[in-house]
Amino acid sequence: MAFVFRVMSTNYSKTELDKAEGRAVELLKERSQQPIPDPDKWLDEELKRNILLTSVDAMLNWSRRSSLWPVVCFPACCAFEFITTAASRFDISRFGMEIIRASPRQADLMITAGTLTWKMAPQVRRIYDQMPEPKWVIAMGACAISGGTFVQSYSVVPGYNRIIPVDVYIPGCPPRPEALLYGIGMLQKKISKRSIITEGRG
Amino acid sequence: MAIKTEPFVVNIGPVHPSTHGVFRMRTTLDGEVVVDMEPVIGYLHRGIEKLAEGRTYTQNIPFTDRLDYLASMSNNLAYVLAVEKLAGIPVPERAEYLRVIMAELQRIASHLIGVGAFLNDCGAFMTPILYMIREREKILDLFEMVCGQRLTYNYMRIGGVSQDIPEEFLPALDKFVKVMPGYIDEYDQLLAENEILLARAKGVGILPRELAINISASGPVLRASGVKWDIRKADPYSVYERFQFDIPTGSAGDCYDRYRVRIEEMRQSVRIIKQAMEQLPQGEVRSEVPHLIHPPVGEAYGHIEAPKGELGFYLVSDNSIAPYRFHIRAPSLINLTALREMMIGWKVADAIVIFGSIDICMGEVDR
Amino acid sequence: MTVALSGEEIARQIEEHFPGSIVESSQDTVLVKSESLLKVAAFLKDTPNLDFDYLTSITAVDYYDYFEVIYQLTSLQHNHSLVVKTRCYGRDNPTLPSVVGLWRGADFQEREIYDLMGIRFEGHPNLKHIFLWDGFKGHPLRKDYL
Repeated sequence: MAFVFRVMSTNYSKTELDKAEGRAVELLKERSQQPIPDPDKWLDEELKRNILLTSVDAMLNWSRRSSLWPVVCFPACCAFEFITTAASRFDISRFGMEIIRASPRQADLMITAGTLTWKMAPQVRRIYDQMPEPKWVIAMGACAISGGTFVQSYSVVPGYNRIIPVDVYIPGCPPRPEALLYGIGMLQKKISKRSIITEGRG
Repeated sequence: MAIKTEPFVVNIGPVHPSTHGVFRMRTTLDGEVVVDMEPVIGYLHRGIEKLAEGRTYTQNIPFTDRLDYLASMSNNLAYVLAVEKLAGIPVPERAEYLRVIMAELQRIASHLIGVGAFLNDCGAFMTPILYMIREREKILDLFEMVCGQRLTYNYMRIGGVSQDIPEEFLPALDKFVKVMPGYIDEYDQLLAENEILLARAKGVGILPRELAINISASGPVLRASGVKWDIRKADPYSVYERFQFDIPTGSAGDCYDRYRVRIEEMRQSVRIIKQAMEQLPQGEVRSEVPHLIHPPVGEAYGHIEAPKGELGFYLVSDNSIAPYRFHIRAPSLINLTALREMMIGWKVADAIVIFGSIDICMGEVDR
Repeated sequence: MTVALSGEEIARQIEEHFPGSIVESSQDTVLVKSESLLKVAAFLKDTPNLDFDYLTSITAVDYYDYFEVIYQLTSLQHNHSLVVKTRCYGRDNPTLPSVVGLWRGADFQEREIYDLMGIRFEGHPNLKHIFLWDGFKGHPLRKDYL
């Protein structure tokens, strides 16, 4: 179970908690007026590849991309297409991803399946921050890319890339399981092009 | 020796591994026993009611898909019924029968996930839900044949349905209807007298009859508490008067009764689909309706028996192309009213089971 | 078939017991003064032939001069329904009595109306934001919120 423990005294005040959370949401909203640029260091043409390390790179990348473990992040309808992808017909376990980790500390992929609202945004940011490096994010569905049908609403974040950096975008409303598997394949190709020189030891 | 203890607040946070969505409970625990609980919702509030005031009546149909995303056909049907009541638009017979077939298939699909998620919470980690998703895929194949989509169908239109069924649909539906009761019997064989399910769900989370009526519960939650109230019989819409079916009710109002009511409702849905298939007439599927509808000034409340409860749409019109007020009576939100009473006194693990047995969908609670 | 009771008939019955509480009545609805809302609601719930024990929904609509709150009531035993409306004027701090004491199903719905429309309900045990976060300025469903 993903509990978020908050130790406090027995006579905590519910209104204080509500006010604190409201302030967190407003602060995050002010800080997120521009989208975070997508991580694209792998496109760098002039990276110098050290001959000694290419096979190490290949080994590491192969092991990372073949066993991505996603973390639970299921706000809305796309969650059910993700669950059916993980079920027995469109098996996601053939790609090494059958264990959907409840705890972000043991995961390295976040598939954001659903609309993000400003009230939920600090929690998503927190889960993302708790994931250890290296980590990747797939934005699944129209609501995750740009707000979808709800973009004009007063409480919807226009796309997850305001809050967290996104690697792969999968369009659709909801995307079919085949589309999700194609997107995961693209992410695996992206991972295979990483190099520990440019990205560091993470 | 008495150990000094004090209650401890644990946040069962918006992100949790059961499939019910972003629902948060601030529980006060004394050891393992729940002493107090406060639900916090609103993490999926997308402002659909406000957005709908800026779109025409037909453009609002995709919004209704995304409310209870596991039962999109039922949501569409409720909204379209409300608009037809407001504007006085007739519906051809073939369309009515097709609507009933789709709504009942959707009820089976939604209950499969509801029961599967409940069993997931009880501890049968993935086995029942994988079996039920296998059946649900058959239903989603049928829906894909009809309208091309697997989850958010946008199939009903004001004045009928959007397109007629292809030729392959009826033979495939026939095959499905023959096979489905066997699958429900398979689930019953594995689960109905299962010791673990009985120990975890029988007598847990009781909702008494008077409280259920007082909190305006509806759907399987109300029926499991002993109230025989189903909108398909009490206030029939579409062509439900012409079919014979029973309404399963429970007696104790605990989690096990809610589970049994859903399983029995699936059987009754298969019965209704068989009757509808035999009586399906020929004809057109959509009456002549202009693209932009100007309903007369007034208001209407249209409601149906959705899988989660009584889903109603309250529309106010001022003779323009968009609704003046679009309100959704969400069954999941109202069924949650008594969650606190149902949970106090039980342990944390039971709290999860009780919450799972109400079977809510956050898209509907938060709109 | 659920019978929608005639508003005029019920209005006559209510006028006998609580004179001066009805503003107008039509075939479908009964419009009640906001001061006498609680008395009328208790009367509708407890009278043996009416027995409105099930509150189907509460909604609020923003007409520019006033807010109108609509109560859809149903009786499970007799299978009839009724629509009761009430209005509150003034946009700064509209208030109404809360019916949570009679029908607990009004709990979350009244919180939602307070959150999105700004109408306060006196007597509600826990009137605070339900969908929006604390500190959200304004009430989104009002017609002058952009």
